[in-house]
Amino acid sequence: MATTYNGKILRINLTDRSVKVEDLPLEKAKKFIGGRGLGTKILYDEGIAKVDPLSPENKLVYATGAMTGANVPTGGRYMVVTKSPLTGMIACSNSGGVWGARLKYAGWDAIIVEGKADKPVRIHIEDDKVEILPAEDLWGKSSEEVTDTLVQIYPAASVLNIGPAGETGSLLASIINDKDRAAGRSGVGAVMGSKNLKAISVVATRTIVPAYDTDKLRDATRAAQAKIKENGVTGSGLPTYGTAVLVNIVNNIGAYPTHNWQSSYDAEADQTSGETLKEKYLVRQGFCHRCPIGCGRVINLDGRIVGGPEYEVVWAYGSNCGVHDMNAIDEANHLCNELGLDAISTPCTIAAAMELYQKGYISEEECEGVPLVWGSNEAIFEWTKRMGRGETALGRLMAQGSFRLCSHYGHPEISMSVKKQEMPAYDARGIQGIGITYATSNRGGCHVRGYMISPEVLGLPEPLDRLSTEGKATWTMVFQDLTAIIDSMGMCLFTSFALGAPEYAAILNAGTGTDYDVKQLLLVGERIYNLERLFNKEAGMKPEDDCLPRRLTDEPIADGPSKGEVSKIAITLPQYYEVRGWKDAFPTEETLKRLDLV
Amino acid sequence: MIEVRLFATFRDGREKILYLDGNDYLHAADVLKYLGIGNGDVAILLINGRHSKPEKDVHDGDIIALFPPVGGG
Repeated sequence: MATTYNGKILRINLTDRSVKVEDLPLEKAKKFIGGRGLGTKILYDEGIAKVDPLSPENKLVYATGAMTGANVPTGGRYMVVTKSPLTGMIACSNSGGVWGARLKYAGWDAIIVEGKADKPVRIHIEDDKVEILPAEDLWGKSSEEVTDTLVQIYPAASVLNIGPAGETGSLLASIINDKDRAAGRSGVGAVMGSKNLKAISVVATRTIVPAYDTDKLRDATRAAQAKIKENGVTGSGLPTYGTAVLVNIVNNIGAYPTHNWQSSYDAEADQTSGETLKEKYLVRQGFCHRCPIGCGRVINLDGRIVGGPEYEVVWAYGSNCGVHDMNAIDEANHLCNELGLDAISTPCTIAAAMELYQKGYISEEECEGVPLVWGSNEAIFEWTKRMGRGETALGRLMAQGSFRLCSHYGHPEISMSVKKQEMPAYDARGIQGIGITYATSNRGGCHVRGYMISPEVLGLPEPLDRLSTEGKATWTMVFQDLTAIIDSMGMCLFTSFALGAPEYAAILNAGTGTDYDVKQLLLVGERIYNLERLFNKEAGMKPEDDCLPRRLTDEPIADGPSKGEVSKIAITLPQYYEVRGWKDAFPTEETLKRLDLV
Repeated sequence: MIEVRLFATFRDGREKILYLDGNDYLHAADVLKYLGIGNGDVAILLINGRHSKPEKDVHDGDIIALFPPVGGG
């Protein structure tokens, strides 16, 4: 019986240059859906939790979701799952564009890359033909150069690559696909670079995958499309303004961190808002594969037509670095894509460096001609370049992320990170639930592992008081589990503004032949979240790693509409463990049995 | 004065910021009526940074921020 799974995994060992085709174990796939869940299961079973992340023993799983490539809204995403060199824990970095769908159409559910090539190589896949080819000529090249070169050779190819940051071992290195989409977080690009793997190009003959029940999938897709179109956020707000429309909302509640979280309100934030981006720079919307929303921004950057910044990047290079020049933020975002850098962690590390400089811990001499002053366009450009290319002693240190940078100067408290990964653009002092997401995210500081901003700020699916702790533990758990499902299906998290678990269950069942009701589906999400936690436990995570930076618990917000607020994580974290069935940050035996993880 | 901040599509055909005499408006809904914005069209209504409903009282010195359905991540 056909399903949206191909039933095939490609295992490529770069040490001995072997290529093996393995059957996808269908029962395992259904139990963990695909993508994020399946990738984690593969790595967990193969003992990757205990390896050195930058050694040949680490593995990279490029996993498509169960519905990637299917006729479903936003069904085109893939995930890079590996052990993170930044956090030392599970990494799962998710990206759109078209590369994931192409991989599925070429006939593969996932690629497992292991070992290490003795010199730079690239992989080219054309349906079932797989080649490992020399790539010394591409080493050192930017994403645009790599993509343009490979598309000249293979005009129908979609290209995934690392930039110079991945080659030079920056722990903030991303993997870029289709020039401006990124599997951005947790240093997945450094793992690819450590294997001397520069790029993977894919050419596929097919343009659709079959489904278990085509009629039911068509009906489920139609129903989902209608909800996405009717919903104010997915049908109108995101298409018109992109994600940066959040700038003014989050700033106006006083939870918009500025100057490395020393304040949380910026009177000039509108200069770098989604509204300003639309008014002055937008050329057209950007769409990922089969996306009906089109939140992407294609912008005019000094005459060049390039991918524009997301909300997080606007914030991180903008107010968090004291910058109010939209054009400068666009340029810095473009630099991150070209160099292959995480466009959240990179500017957050620059912001931490600016605070170290402000307080006199970083000297003028160390800045080598580019002072780390707040609001400096030159500083955000030059330090991004230095971090991406591994230039100057301080640039190389900053390329290891804010935690290692600030620890080097004896002030780890200045790093606004969780599990050594930088937190994004929402101050958890003024939004209590997102603090639980940050503290308990299995991949470290991150908003898209349980987007509590949706109920606490946007009022979706129902409004919650952002300053209250009541019920937040349960809400966070449900959001985390639902997100694990959406990621594993290969769909975009933004669909969840309009869709709920019943719609995802209908789509997944029609595509793969599962028979999940809502409760059973959420149990699968819970299983995935708990498996990630088990991976982290084996990797050496300690209960105290579930925490927030001291600034959020001990330093009240200095000004603005949320003045005086602190995070109440000390109250909510025990509540969260209780609803999760965890003790001391890890699942109990009873929980593992309930989730069939023993 | 009441400061009213408008965002996203609410700016179409209007100023970004308006200042209104607090004596002329009892509730936020009265401000919406003046602006020609339906209560149902407002997804987020902030008064001094706190999520509020149209029936909430407004006073001189308040800052009202109005958003249609928008979001991101």
